[in-house]
Amino acid sequence: MNTKAANSGSGQTQSGRPARLSLADWMPKIVMAPTVLVTLVCIYGYMIWTAVLSFTGSRMLPSYNFVGFEQYERLFNNDRWMVALSNLGIFGGLFIGICLFLGVTLAIFLDQKIRAEGAIRTIYLYPMAISFIVTGTAWKWLLNPTNGLEKMMIDFGFVNFKFDWLINPDMVIYCLVIAAVWQASGFVMALFLAGLRGVDGDLIKAAHLDGASTFTTYRRIILPSLKPVFFSALVVLSHIAIKSFDLVAALTNGGPGYASDLPANFMYTYTFTRSQIGLGSASAMVMLGCVLAILVPYLYSELRGKRHE
Amino acid sequence: MSNLNSTSKNAVGRKTSGLDKLLRVALYTVLIVVAAFYLMPFIVMLITSLKDVEEIRTGTLLSLPASLHFDSWSKAWSSACTGSSCGGISPYFMNSFQIVLPAVAISTLVGAINGYVISLWKFRGSDFFFAAMLVGCFIPFQVILLPMAQTLGWLGIANTTSGLVFVHVVYGVAFTTLFFRNFYQSIPGELVKAARLDGAGFFTIFYRIILPVSTPIIVVTVIWQFTQIWNDFLFGVAFSGFDTQPVTVALNNLVNTSFGGKEYNVDMAAAIIAALPTLAVYVFAGKYFVRGLTAGAVKG
Repeated sequence: MNTKAANSGSGQTQSGRPARLSLADWMPKIVMAPTVLVTLVCIYGYMIWTAVLSFTGSRMLPSYNFVGFEQYERLFNNDRWMVALSNLGIFGGLFIGICLFLGVTLAIFLDQKIRAEGAIRTIYLYPMAISFIVTGTAWKWLLNPTNGLEKMMIDFGFVNFKFDWLINPDMVIYCLVIAAVWQASGFVMALFLAGLRGVDGDLIKAAHLDGASTFTTYRRIILPSLKPVFFSALVVLSHIAIKSFDLVAALTNGGPGYASDLPANFMYTYTFTRSQIGLGSASAMVMLGCVLAILVPYLYSELRGKRHE
Repeated sequence: MSNLNSTSKNAVGRKTSGLDKLLRVALYTVLIVVAAFYLMPFIVMLITSLKDVEEIRTGTLLSLPASLHFDSWSKAWSSACTGSSCGGISPYFMNSFQIVLPAVAISTLVGAINGYVISLWKFRGSDFFFAAMLVGCFIPFQVILLPMAQTLGWLGIANTTSGLVFVHVVYGVAFTTLFFRNFYQSIPGELVKAARLDGAGFFTIFYRIILPVSTPIIVVTVIWQFTQIWNDFLFGVAFSGFDTQPVTVALNNLVNTSFGGKEYNVDMAAAIIAALPTLAVYVFAGKYFVRGLTAGAVKG
């Protein structure tokens, strides 16, 4: 920051045309330099650093005794990691699927000249403004079997109602899905609603003149034209799913046992509390791989799309 | 893109028949039930925070408190135990502000200047660099946690507020640059050329021509950064010390502190307090919040 201020000062005070011109030519590069440097070091440099660590036997402190793929072997023989990975599959799949379905449906419903649409939209979207920690805290209370939903239903007269997902190792992952859907589905709705408002009105009128029903119009004309929205929602949601760390920390803390661990929590636990830096780094690299597997095709299609325009 | 407020031109208007009326009733019912689903957790939190412990034990989630108890709120604010200390979440609430305000200001300013360069002062490699930077929006931060922890230690700012500000600026600039770049993309390059011929320099043009038209994108960026950084947990838990924790970390500690009886009313009051600043932003500037969300999602 200081260098920028100093440079701008000299740019103003130095007189003489040639100096100023050359300074103006350099200024954009000088100004960008700190960002370039920080991006290179703190994103790409650190990525490589973590990659290197994942091939070492580092435990409590980083060390550089290389052990080849041993950490990755240990990782995929680690039961806790395999649970975390399959949890990510279940959580990610359901979270993305339900959010997309709810988002599209609600957006279409809200697009029917609804009274008080603004108010309803505000209600649907407010969870996106709060932290996953707050969301986790709220749902932990709602879903706890002794005082939460279960007790409320029993008091309402459903004496045999049972809802103990939060402490049931087989079901706890679905609690994460519920809370995450609650938080993010309104956002998907907003994306699709914006998309719906951008669809060419003439196209729809033409379809109606041809006698197409509302349902057919949506299915055959409007929704297909929202493919890009669908795509970017998919990318953002899978990104949220892979990065999910806070929600698990607040709602289940990975428990019972490690039944609701996700890769992000595994990585944190092994790197920072279990002193297994090598193993933690390997798990971080696998997470990066997952993100790239989604991101690269997305960026590729984006760039290709741009070229066609 | 995010023009949510335009009147719907696509909604289907037909002559109303009995069936249509029935459908509309069903439509409204669904919308209201869903609204109840979204509202319920917050209402339950609010109700619970106003009950005393005995009422929580005997009542149900939605039963209203017999009388309003604000004790849990004052306890959450100033005397609840969060892990190691028992001073409530107020010190951490202040910590969050101390982290968020400088981090938002710096990352927005840097993003504005970067966006200005990338869209109006292109140089060889600037587009390539922009693409490389976009990747920074997507990487899972687990990949950079450990090297960053080491770096903060070397710089002597581990476990400090400045350290957290630094981290948030570093990983926030990719987003702020993206926002400003997309916004400045629509400003004609001739404007800058003409101003240069008149003898205006790099910063003069930015300050006199570009900045005055930037208010909407500044608002969007500030709101986006504020919500992101306030709600952050990962960096907070990995890089903060005992007395520099942000409010999200303190809230999580408070909820998971296990000694003594569980006081759900205090938990809920603390959770609402931790959510208030971003909720306030959402309520008062929802339009800009949504614009940031959709712009962030569309990326370029």
